[in-house]
Amino acid sequence: MRMVMTGNYASAYGAKLARAEVIAAYPITPQTSIVEKLAEFVATGELKAKFVPVESEHSAMAACIAAQTAGARTYTATSSHGLTLMHEVLMWASGARLPIVMTNVSRAMAPPWSVWVDHMDSIAQRDTGWLQFFCQSNQEVLDTTIMAYKVCESAGVMLPAMIIEDAFILSHTSEPVDVPEQQLVDSFLPAYSPDLKIEVGKARGFGSLVKPDQYMEFRYKAMLAMKEAHDRILRVEQEFKHVFGREHGGLLERYRCEDAETVLVTAGSVAATAKDVVDALRANGQRVGLARIRAFRPFPHDEIRSLASKLEGIAVLDRSYTFGAAGAMFTEVKASAYSCQRRPVMKNYIAGLGGRDITPKILERIFEDIQVIAKRGAEDEVEWVDVVGLPRRWH
Amino acid sequence: MGKTTIPEAEFTYPGSTGCPGCGANLVMRYLLKGLGERTIVSIPACCWAVMPGYWPSNCLKIPLLYTAFEATGAAISGLRAALDVKGVNDVTVVGFAGDGGTVDIGLQALSGAAERRTDAIYVMYDNEAYMNTGIQRSGSTPWGAWTTTTPVGGSSHGFKHETKKDIMAIMQAHRIPYAATVSPAFPEDFIKKVEKAKSIKGFRFIHALSPCPPGWRTNPSLSVEIARLAVDTRVFPLYEIEDGKVRITRKAKGLPLVEYLKVQGRFQHLTEPEISEMQKGVDDSWIMLLLKESSGT
Repeated sequence: MRMVMTGNYASAYGAKLARAEVIAAYPITPQTSIVEKLAEFVATGELKAKFVPVESEHSAMAACIAAQTAGARTYTATSSHGLTLMHEVLMWASGARLPIVMTNVSRAMAPPWSVWVDHMDSIAQRDTGWLQFFCQSNQEVLDTTIMAYKVCESAGVMLPAMIIEDAFILSHTSEPVDVPEQQLVDSFLPAYSPDLKIEVGKARGFGSLVKPDQYMEFRYKAMLAMKEAHDRILRVEQEFKHVFGREHGGLLERYRCEDAETVLVTAGSVAATAKDVVDALRANGQRVGLARIRAFRPFPHDEIRSLASKLEGIAVLDRSYTFGAAGAMFTEVKASAYSCQRRPVMKNYIAGLGGRDITPKILERIFEDIQVIAKRGAEDEVEWVDVVGLPRRWH
Repeated sequence: MGKTTIPEAEFTYPGSTGCPGCGANLVMRYLLKGLGERTIVSIPACCWAVMPGYWPSNCLKIPLLYTAFEATGAAISGLRAALDVKGVNDVTVVGFAGDGGTVDIGLQALSGAAERRTDAIYVMYDNEAYMNTGIQRSGSTPWGAWTTTTPVGGSSHGFKHETKKDIMAIMQAHRIPYAATVSPAFPEDFIKKVEKAKSIKGFRFIHALSPCPPGWRTNPSLSVEIARLAVDTRVFPLYEIEDGKVRITRKAKGLPLVEYLKVQGRFQHLTEPEISEMQKGVDDSWIMLLLKESSGT
């Protein structure tokens, strides 16, 4: 059924269609309408689940961990400070190999206070062992929620996943979304039944103390699982396409990259704007393209490498900044491209922090800049875009 | 001699890694005797996160979910929600945490779980300091006690100068259906309360005194005796609060407090006036408890 809905409702419908059984959540702007909608689904009986109105995000994740350990499919949603408060237990969820699915409405961190989009909160969780999917549209939010359960619950993966939607740009903006039939989703996503769960009659300890001669093997297995997730994401998306007739681009969506000389790499909703800009520049004869990082974890190293080897220049637009280094996506892209025989010129653009608009004009300027420096080399590796007081004019 | 009412079944194996004379070993043992096999326990960071042994060993005969330090209240909420959604309604969900994990870092999650009327039993084994990390003061350390972060000596005559948080009053304020104090020196009273807690639905709280020989600087062979002295000197009265009504389950004889203090190294620095001050605090608390009992609150 086609409905008009916000990214937040797309998240809620995704969790409902996936038949989440335990939902533990705490409100935070701009995530609230996700949990409001889910609370309503549970209250009306449309979704047969337990809704646990916990007293913090830390408790939300801890409750999901316990419920998932007991064999229930769980879901939660949060944003910025809520996500970072969870940090400790995010590691717990992945270490315990629990396929929890969570939406993070990506929002800037304080101070100063901001409720608007950037990716600092999500990027700060990159080492927690979660799969991370950045979404471009509300449809993708819904579809990725369903796909994430299937990817994560497969025996070779058993890791949690974070679905990232940009604050307000997706969370509170309505778009037409195709809401699939429950029956169809059920045929795609079977009920959760893990090999191992906590249950009476079996005196198992979950999360016990281990010695130094045991610990590394647990981490090694999680590493293998994250590797497996890469292929699993691709396979599940093909199955999804077969059932629902849609796909979203695997780990790295490539838009008009085939014969491109320079490519912009970015993630999230700004990619939609960038596609329009690419179309416009292409109409003027410029050989540009867009590569959208859909999965930040596992990172699409191979995809970036094969793309980079054919390019003159890569612009990486990060909507966050890792202080003392560069944008996290830039660092990853650069590392992936390092082993290319012929490396393109690469430059990092930091833009759109705290909800600042990244306009088509700004994206045009970035394409302009990268095309110039692709020929003569980059002077500065990282440039902050559209910051008051800096010499370059972006508008 | 009459027959004991203590169930013979054991749900712990020998070989926990607890210290000699560890009160928390007895607390777990009696608790599980009262609860039986259909129990799942969640344990945060605390001595008991280590005591079951290294993976894959587990000295408990029941399933055990480890959780983060501050998360016990949330973990038992999640366990109960999953059991509910799966239609399992004959399993007792237990949170088992130390005093630091309860009255300090875990207080928020505990309060949330209690307020949500989570159907679970929360047990705080109270060794009155952060013992697993090596005897640092907690909100549950009594006034006057030495710990490594309330060192004795120097110009300030250092020891803990703040009184112990009254966790039972905090739980009573949450209007939970049942809360009780227990001591490993009174196992029949202990198990009776656990059995009563098990029979009630909703959020239940057990406050168990747990002598700690390394932390209290006591002879490991005296742990049960010290736990008894704590009750008999009224430092740790045995009572229960059922639907808001207080009932003292052992009218302690009121031995002089010094009897309890003098066997513990952590109180050795106290002067006579300080002991008198402490005695007054104990007397006042006892009177308050009697008043609560007689007034039905």
